[in-house]
Amino acid sequence: MNLRSVVIPLVAIILALIIGALIIKLLGMDPVLAYTNLAIGAFGNIYGISNTLTQATPLIFTGLSFALARRAGLLNIGAEGQLYIGGLCSVLTGAFIHGLPMIIHLPLALLAGFVGGGFWGWIAGWLKVKFGSNEIITTVMLNYIAIYLVSYMVSGPIIEPPGDLPQSPPVLPSAQLPYLGSGTQLHLGFVLALIMAGLYCIFMWHTRKGYEARVVGFNPDAGAYAGINRNQLIYLIMFLAGGLAGLGGSGEILGIQHRLYQNFSPGYGYDGIAVALLGLNTPIGTVLAAILFGALRSGGNLMQVVAKVPLDLVYVIEALVIIFVASEYLFRRVKLPKLNFRFRRGIERSEPL
Amino acid sequence: MSVVSLSSFIAASANFVNSDIQTAMPILLAATGLIFNERTGVVNIGVEGVMLMGALAGVAGSFLLGNVWLGVLVAIAAGGILGLIFTFFVETARADQVVVGMAFNLLGLGLTTMLNRAMFGLNTTPPRIDSFHPVSIPFLSKLPFFGTAFFTHTYLTYLAFLVIPLVSFIVFKTNIGLVLRSVGEHPRAADTVGINVVRVRYLAGMVSCMFGAVGGAYLSLSQLNFFTENMTAGRGFIALAAVVFGKWSPAGVLGAAILFGAGSALSYQLQTLNSYISSSQLLLTLPYVLTLLGLAGFVGKAVGPAASGKPYIKE
Repeated sequence: MNLRSVVIPLVAIILALIIGALIIKLLGMDPVLAYTNLAIGAFGNIYGISNTLTQATPLIFTGLSFALARRAGLLNIGAEGQLYIGGLCSVLTGAFIHGLPMIIHLPLALLAGFVGGGFWGWIAGWLKVKFGSNEIITTVMLNYIAIYLVSYMVSGPIIEPPGDLPQSPPVLPSAQLPYLGSGTQLHLGFVLALIMAGLYCIFMWHTRKGYEARVVGFNPDAGAYAGINRNQLIYLIMFLAGGLAGLGGSGEILGIQHRLYQNFSPGYGYDGIAVALLGLNTPIGTVLAAILFGALRSGGNLMQVVAKVPLDLVYVIEALVIIFVASEYLFRRVKLPKLNFRFRRGIERSEPL
Repeated sequence: MSVVSLSSFIAASANFVNSDIQTAMPILLAATGLIFNERTGVVNIGVEGVMLMGALAGVAGSFLLGNVWLGVLVAIAAGGILGLIFTFFVETARADQVVVGMAFNLLGLGLTTMLNRAMFGLNTTPPRIDSFHPVSIPFLSKLPFFGTAFFTHTYLTYLAFLVIPLVSFIVFKTNIGLVLRSVGEHPRAADTVGINVVRVRYLAGMVSCMFGAVGGAYLSLSQLNFFTENMTAGRGFIALAAVVFGKWSPAGVLGAAILFGAGSALSYQLQTLNSYISSSQLLLTLPYVLTLLGLAGFVGKAVGPAASGKPYIKE
């Protein structure tokens, strides 16, 4: 960890906000008023903060999903579809299995979401191993299939009787994620997301499989030379990445919506890519980036109401942040003082992978 | 089969081919552009965002300048600028192509929604703009079947009919095509024989985004006559798949686009026959499932240009 990995995201955020302000100005609105309300909406009071963290929750899951695959050299653009399948599987278990105590029912519904999303990710891995299909294309195709599949399920097979609205029956109370405070929507899923960030860290940096994944991601040839079974690793990584995104869907359904709807995700899966990138695929970075994006969503509403700046400015700012972080090569020409914050344990180690 | 039912069958299938061509055309235009890009080793996953911006640029141009062809020109110009920006980031700034592409998609969605509201307001009825209308070609449009299927389209469609064989000719039969392909297969070798790799990629990137933008403008000016938020609805991604499905050749891409167009045309026609199939949502997955089957060896292993995905760094 060095200074640069903190400075580049910060510079990117500031640059994106400046360009965003110019756009607001060009559209004839007041950037100061807009950003003030954005900040008040996101962090101004306890309701704003809890809303920010609620919005960040699915982004942590999908961000970790992308980060995990990316570390292993795989590009998982499919978190959106995996999230939909996770939500679907959680509803199938959470709304249709009766008579279980919460201590069993809730974990079961979460597990179903993890396995469902994982399966959806595994399909892309399987297509890559068996047919050499590029996972970027297959995961995007699987996204659309998942979204239409959920639309089909809630307007037919699992529609709530009498069938007036395309939605599933409600999730039973025994499978709902409890709220963390009264009067907020912040639910236990946020804690689960933090736990997953911790597990991601342990898996990637403290287990044999995680090490292999990083070796293959860093240099596939070196991985093959070291005798790492790449195909097996692709299956595992795509399953875990899909599972994380699936949990994101479970969190939304079991924690907030309590039902399955069509199009219930406004693109959390795609935003996860931006989150992971901004967080440099690290667990802490991903959580922080997700909270930033959650704040943009949460504050964007107040900005839209008070300053009349469309919420969609948030997407523009996000896109600019991604582009600037990705072009760090441009920044690299600017010389920064070399400050190493690397923790040294016992003997000095070379730069870890 | 009686004469009456035969003629109505011909009419129905001619209509089907006609609507297939219309649904395929935006995908075909964008995918044809992508061939240029991908042949030089650059994958623009942001084509969805480019199409969306082209769709809005076309409508804005037609609205402000009062002529639909000027609208198309504005879309082409917007595409050129976007291509320039995209290539700057992936070549000069050496950013990851997938990442910049995804950012382009976000940017396209956010910018077009904002600008659309700024220009046309939130809840007004769509403004009247000059747009393309189907034109029956004299004599040819009277042909049985072929007349309805191929000769009652808009001028933009006829233009696309002409441009696509031209692209095929350029990529495979001319020096320009050779330069494009050598840059995509082995940039270093291309460099040593005096080809300016980076400049070729810039030009291809611009041409590619121009096609993508016209594909978007086709949606907003030829299929419809206004802009709606996120109106591309994933067609850019289908275009990316069509390029892989069509193995990076214009003829293959044409087949893929027609096939995907047929998938959506079929699902729309079946939706109107609601009594037969109630689960139209499942049918909407058809183009995507077809793509997956296609990628899974249905059309043989698809191998792209060798230098795909990497910026060229001169030593």
